[in-house]
Amino acid sequence: MSTKQFALPDLGEGLTESEIVEWKVAVGDTVTLNQVIAEVETAKALVELPSPFAGVVSKLFADEGSTVQVGEPIVEFDIGGDAAPASAASAPQATPASESAADAAADGVPAQLDGQLAPAVPERQSVLVGYGPRVEGGARPTRRARSWAAEPEEPAEPAESAEPGEDAPASGAPQPEQVGELSSAHAPERPRSTPPVRKLAHDLGVDLRAVTGTGDEGLITRDDVRREADARQEASVLDAGAGTGPSAESAEAAGDAGRDVRIPIRGVRKATATAVAASAFTAPHVTEFLTVDVTAGMDLVRSLAASPEYAGKRITILTLVAKALLLAAKRTPEVNSQWDEEAQEIVQFGSVNLGIAAATGRGLIVPNIKRADALSLADLSGAIADLVGSARSGSTSPRDLTGGTLTITNVGVFGVDAGTPILNPGEAVILAMGAVRRMPWEHRGDIALREVMTLSLSFDHRLVDGEQGSRFLVDIGTILRDPGMVLTMV
Amino acid sequence: MSDVSTTHEHTRTSSPAGGSPEDLHPGQLEDIVQLICPDGARTASPGFDPWVADVTDEDLLGLYEDMIVVRRIDTEATALQRQGELALWAPLLGQEAAQIGSGRALRSDDFVFSSYREHGVAYTRGARFGDLLSFWRGTTASGWDPYSIGMATPAVIIGAQTLHATGYALGCKHDGVDSVAVAYFGDGATSQGDVNEAMVFAASFQAPVIFFCQNNQWAISEPVGLQAQRHISDRAPGFGIPSMRVDGNDVLAVLAATRIALDRARRGGGPTFIEAVTYRMGPHTTSDDPKRYRPTGELDEWAAKDPITRLGRLLEGRGVLTEDVATRVQQKADAVAYEMRAACVALERHPDPLTVFDQVYSGPHSGLERQKSQYAAYLASLDGAQS
Repeated sequence: MSTKQFALPDLGEGLTESEIVEWKVAVGDTVTLNQVIAEVETAKALVELPSPFAGVVSKLFADEGSTVQVGEPIVEFDIGGDAAPASAASAPQATPASESAADAAADGVPAQLDGQLAPAVPERQSVLVGYGPRVEGGARPTRRARSWAAEPEEPAEPAESAEPGEDAPASGAPQPEQVGELSSAHAPERPRSTPPVRKLAHDLGVDLRAVTGTGDEGLITRDDVRREADARQEASVLDAGAGTGPSAESAEAAGDAGRDVRIPIRGVRKATATAVAASAFTAPHVTEFLTVDVTAGMDLVRSLAASPEYAGKRITILTLVAKALLLAAKRTPEVNSQWDEEAQEIVQFGSVNLGIAAATGRGLIVPNIKRADALSLADLSGAIADLVGSARSGSTSPRDLTGGTLTITNVGVFGVDAGTPILNPGEAVILAMGAVRRMPWEHRGDIALREVMTLSLSFDHRLVDGEQGSRFLVDIGTILRDPGMVLTMV
Repeated sequence: MSDVSTTHEHTRTSSPAGGSPEDLHPGQLEDIVQLICPDGARTASPGFDPWVADVTDEDLLGLYEDMIVVRRIDTEATALQRQGELALWAPLLGQEAAQIGSGRALRSDDFVFSSYREHGVAYTRGARFGDLLSFWRGTTASGWDPYSIGMATPAVIIGAQTLHATGYALGCKHDGVDSVAVAYFGDGATSQGDVNEAMVFAASFQAPVIFFCQNNQWAISEPVGLQAQRHISDRAPGFGIPSMRVDGNDVLAVLAATRIALDRARRGGGPTFIEAVTYRMGPHTTSDDPKRYRPTGELDEWAAKDPITRLGRLLEGRGVLTEDVATRVQQKADAVAYEMRAACVALERHPDPLTVFDQVYSGPHSGLERQKSQYAAYLASLDGAQS
């Protein structure tokens, strides 16, 4: 009793795997040649698999619903003695034309197999059908822009003989196609190289993106790849990137600085990444900027800081901006709201929990001050000081990290003026304060040195339109420019 | 209706050297020529009947057997592809009548230039089973010696073979022989420049060529209506080529139409265009899934017009197709399938990649020589990369 295995074939020109949708047979079943034994789904089609043997099913290798790589066995048959039709490979190959065809055929002409005509091979493009296959897990190469097709001169290793360090881009009279390609390409998706060189890189485990091509127009040569491979080996052996000889050439920076470091993504970094990515791709951001003369506001901060009531409290421009924001939010309640996608409702919060973005040793965190809108300026300054203090020391309580409704980020402390802040997920606005700078500014019809700050406000356009966002931002700016204007707002 | 009759009117008056108008089925004003209805009834068609008056019931049975056999060949080859024995296969299921009816009308000295789906035509020309499959198994760069069976190897480039056929036909004319070249192509190919150029050329030189279009309703996944606002057969008169539109699932109508066109060409009447209206019941190739683009119900609609079923009904009605005969025909088909499978798995020799350059031109060609050496160097460089 001999057995035969049937391996999953490539059912559709270049497929690497298929899913077993349904077995039509079970172990122990007797099947005939071409009897349908399974239904299989490829990236292109749902197809029935006919049995290549007659016999008894002795083993099924894959469960229904499992994905099988092309070439893996899926079923085994007991085919008895020598009765399997498909194994009849000894059958005569040359089959004379059937008798009913004989009248049309020129009789007795040997159908010569050797030396056939034109290269009419079936296309390997799997997009022979209109909709094309979906990209699979397998390593099938994707189509790419022509690169080597335009270089017929040295087909084997076109760049091998090119002098490293030659001024490649300026090399004279490139072919028309190359000109077109270069002028239209902003940045190539990957460095140019020929298929044999890519294969070499693959075999040596070299990432071509890390290789600087020394060939014609930046083409990566075989030597470049070998150099990179050698350099990496050296680096791993010698511990430090000593940058001896060729490896220095290929690395952008010399010495230790040239070595890449891989840091696992976790903790605060991971949480931040998830949060900002989620926010950036769900909330349509609009950012507006307003540059304000805050000299009066700064004067107020300075005089309050010197006053007995604020002795021991830490009042800064951040405190003033926070207060201005809280007052402005009262006039434009839309900014203190949340988009509830699931309930299809907009939640307008009854009070403001003010988040303050804080850079800590562990990364960015945004603790918030509960009911900040109910606090006096003095209490607010104390609360901000406490919040920042505990954030720096790493003792922020989890409660302080949740439930925020609005956020201020003070990027001015890093010396920058403006930016596009990303919303804390679930919030409608975020205000970035720029650095306060003394600069020439229009003041009462003249140019004077004034203290100037730029405010950047991002808002979720689903919740806040330009009208509300602008009003909110202008209100804050107005208070900072002329704190007395608060009298007109409350 | 009026459209069609106008077209035929136009056909007759515009054929420049088309011999007598009687060649082109006078009185045939229907939309489509049909001699055997789907229910098996034989209908009269004054323009076409004389061309098949000699066809006996035995002959019809032969055509029936041919269709059963090529359908079986097709089924077996599809199974071989699913079993990993062939890389690809372009099924002909549903187009048996169009291929057998036309293929059986030819003489051995006529020459066929086909696309990749004409396995039925290749069968009528006497192609060996291994030769039918070697191309799809990748064991040869082509299929067979064209001169041994009077049929070029399949053209994968859509429509390119129409130019080859026209050139061959011109050669026949210059040689003074009455052989005819037949180009087989599909509805989608009629949108190709090559096909249109071939028709211009054929009309200009009155080349003895038949443009045989199997309109199988689908250009891969595009329905024919997208690229043909009118019947495809309506295009040919614009080139000065008379055309016929026949039921491609009616083997007798196809036979008659092909005979008309052949006779015309042999007598110096120039090219003819035949649109055989049929249906591709399977996928474009084994790689695609027609369920993704075919409207539901369309297959059933065409299954009711199946080419084999209707001839079977006619022959049963005449008492020719008895149970015994049917069994014998099926046995023959199974034997062919078995033989073909054996021939397939015995094909093991893979061609040297460089042989693709060998028979493009009859003599040496410097451009090709250069390409060949470049390709050889490229292949060598891949070997070098193994290290």
